[in-house]
Amino acid sequence: MSRTTVIQNVRILDPSRNVDEKGAIVVENGRIAAAGAGALNQGAPEGAEVVDGRGLIAAPGLVDARVFVGEPGGEHRETIESAARAAAAGGVTSFIMMPDTDPVIDDVALVEFVLKTARDKAVVNIHPAAALTKGLAGEEMTEFGLLKEAGAVAFTNGRHPVHNAQVLRRAMTYARTFGGVIALETRDKHLGAGGVMNEGLLASWLGLSGTPREAELIPLERDLRIAGLTTAAYHAAQISVPESADAIEIARARGANVTCGISINHLTLNENDIGEYRTFFKLSPPLRGEDDRKAMVDALAKGTIDIIVSSHDPQDVDTKRLPFADAADGAIGLETMLAAALRLHHSGEVPLMRLVDALSTRPAKIFGLDAGTLAPGAAADIVLIDPDEPWLATRDTFVSRSKNTAFEDARFTGRAVSTYVAGKRVHSLG
Amino acid sequence: MDLFPHRHLLGIKGLTEQDITLLLDRADEAVKISRQREKKTSTLRGLTQINLFFEASTRTQSSFELAGKRLGADVMNMSVGNSSVKKGETLIDTAMTLNAMHPDVLVVRHSSAGAAALLAQKVSCAVVNAGDGQHEHPTQALLDALTIRRARGKLSRIIVAICGDVLHSRVARSNILLLNAMGARVRVVAPPTLLPSGIAEMGAEVYHSMAEGLKDADVVMMLRLQRERMSGAFVPSVREYFHYYGLDAEKLKAAKADALVMHPGPMNRGVEIASEIADGPQSVIEQQVEMGVAVRMAVMETLLLSQNREPRA
Repeated sequence: MSRTTVIQNVRILDPSRNVDEKGAIVVENGRIAAAGAGALNQGAPEGAEVVDGRGLIAAPGLVDARVFVGEPGGEHRETIESAARAAAAGGVTSFIMMPDTDPVIDDVALVEFVLKTARDKAVVNIHPAAALTKGLAGEEMTEFGLLKEAGAVAFTNGRHPVHNAQVLRRAMTYARTFGGVIALETRDKHLGAGGVMNEGLLASWLGLSGTPREAELIPLERDLRIAGLTTAAYHAAQISVPESADAIEIARARGANVTCGISINHLTLNENDIGEYRTFFKLSPPLRGEDDRKAMVDALAKGTIDIIVSSHDPQDVDTKRLPFADAADGAIGLETMLAAALRLHHSGEVPLMRLVDALSTRPAKIFGLDAGTLAPGAAADIVLIDPDEPWLATRDTFVSRSKNTAFEDARFTGRAVSTYVAGKRVHSLG
Repeated sequence: MDLFPHRHLLGIKGLTEQDITLLLDRADEAVKISRQREKKTSTLRGLTQINLFFEASTRTQSSFELAGKRLGADVMNMSVGNSSVKKGETLIDTAMTLNAMHPDVLVVRHSSAGAAALLAQKVSCAVVNAGDGQHEHPTQALLDALTIRRARGKLSRIIVAICGDVLHSRVARSNILLLNAMGARVRVVAPPTLLPSGIAEMGAEVYHSMAEGLKDADVVMMLRLQRERMSGAFVPSVREYFHYYGLDAEKLKAAKADALVMHPGPMNRGVEIASEIADGPQSVIEQQVEMGVAVRMAVMETLLLSQNREPRA
């Protein structure tokens, strides 16, 4: 692509260079040629597309490190193609696809299948995360070296925790040389067993089994010790309680190479949203109390929590239109992550620069992706954000194949008005 | 005049003191009908009641069946086993099928909390919750209240001790809600492993000793402890449980001399209650069964007649 695009008079927000200034972005051949105040009023070459960015914010396209897709095996819920369109609509230009598919992405051929399908059909960059253990069973490690060479950017057990400490220790020791970041969700097999929502008064009234915070914290503390022991790069994929953020901070102080993420749901919703058994709010880890949510927002603002993920998890009516305890966990989120995150900006709780960092620059850095920056030479993955546009997330606005959103009919202020991947516009409003 | 502004009875939560009083007053009238030689009325003639039980319960199902029949409704029983098909799928699918047959009231028992509420969103008739998981069992709480009110003349300011497996009990939850709404003092007495998280904020005083919890109580309400929870999982053994929490003559002495002894049934004699107490002079367990039919008559009559006041959508 030899076309040149110039985005004029836009507020450029680039955490990778700590830039927040009015300027212009020049895109040539799919890469950033210039981005900043210096590029203002430089004119545009003949035939260039000129975009007026007045009132908008240009940020590096969002990088979502935790996305479940139904392909292969559950295409009625979401395909690679439909997930990519949903991502583009939400300003997400790269995402890491979880290996919880059928078959599980635990083999080189499956990594190649995902990358090929993504190349052919997806409008955004898709990076597969490979299963840490074969079949996600938590017993035998996969071929880290070969999987990484094939294009896997991380190793994870997806929705399944690794219960066996010995398996995890060996995997982390081996991954130090051959693999990359190990991203895990923690949930004690016994302590959290049967729990379907946050343990506490609300669960007691609803007659639902609760998941105590210790079910997340105890195996996390174990993992952090193993990370220290093996010096491997460990990423806690989804934490939900402030005690977990504290544990991460303590492990860092001990010198462990650890990072962590939180889903946008846990930053903007709480257990009360479940109301009368609304299964779209049934998540793993469960939505916690309002005090927890506030503490997690603080931990994000401070940087203790590195990144925000959507935890996009498409589910159909066959897994959601059930009594609460029987319903599947998960909610879609690619399309609402940015808008929901902007709530934290509008409320003054988290500076915009930190939000963009957590949504783009940090995850790109943690997982080693060519993304998360508007520096000259980088891929021109850009999101143009109108931070003040009010909109209503009605069911028919969602492009994802599944409609299990925790933000149905939510009022938002701000959204992605255009999304560019390698300089090509893949989403624009109106 | 909308005396009872609810379309369904999904729980005690949401009912006011007036709502409860209205149901209990009507149930008092229904008791008279059940005691007559001619027990059948034409109140609900021409209406169809379906009892949809996903969880077996001979007692509750027959109580609802008899209540419907005494009101003159056509009653159909559907027992859907939990065996082969996944529970949730059968719930919605069966509900939609039954809904197409135009029932006027669906009585539902299901092992999952929230099942009755979910079903109420999908059908176009009144729904009565006959027990959903560990959530609520509103007609049980109403029949307990009726039993107490008839014996004591009131519910306000009486002391009710609910003893045993509160954690897993929908009966306990509904009773705590109802008794608080009516101004009674509620206590729970159980080992800590059988109490839900946050119980102290649920409107009950918490006791771990029967001697203290039963002191001066007007009503001692025992709960059933399921067999699989007795040996090691929640309490060490039946023997130890009975020793500390089983209601026997000695423990009952702490309560008022004329305290009522209640149990929602079916009882585990020798586990949560000694036979001499269950069959003793203070026991009102049989009256509870009688009041059950009356309360269910009152509930269905109230729901269906208030519904008939306005045209159905």
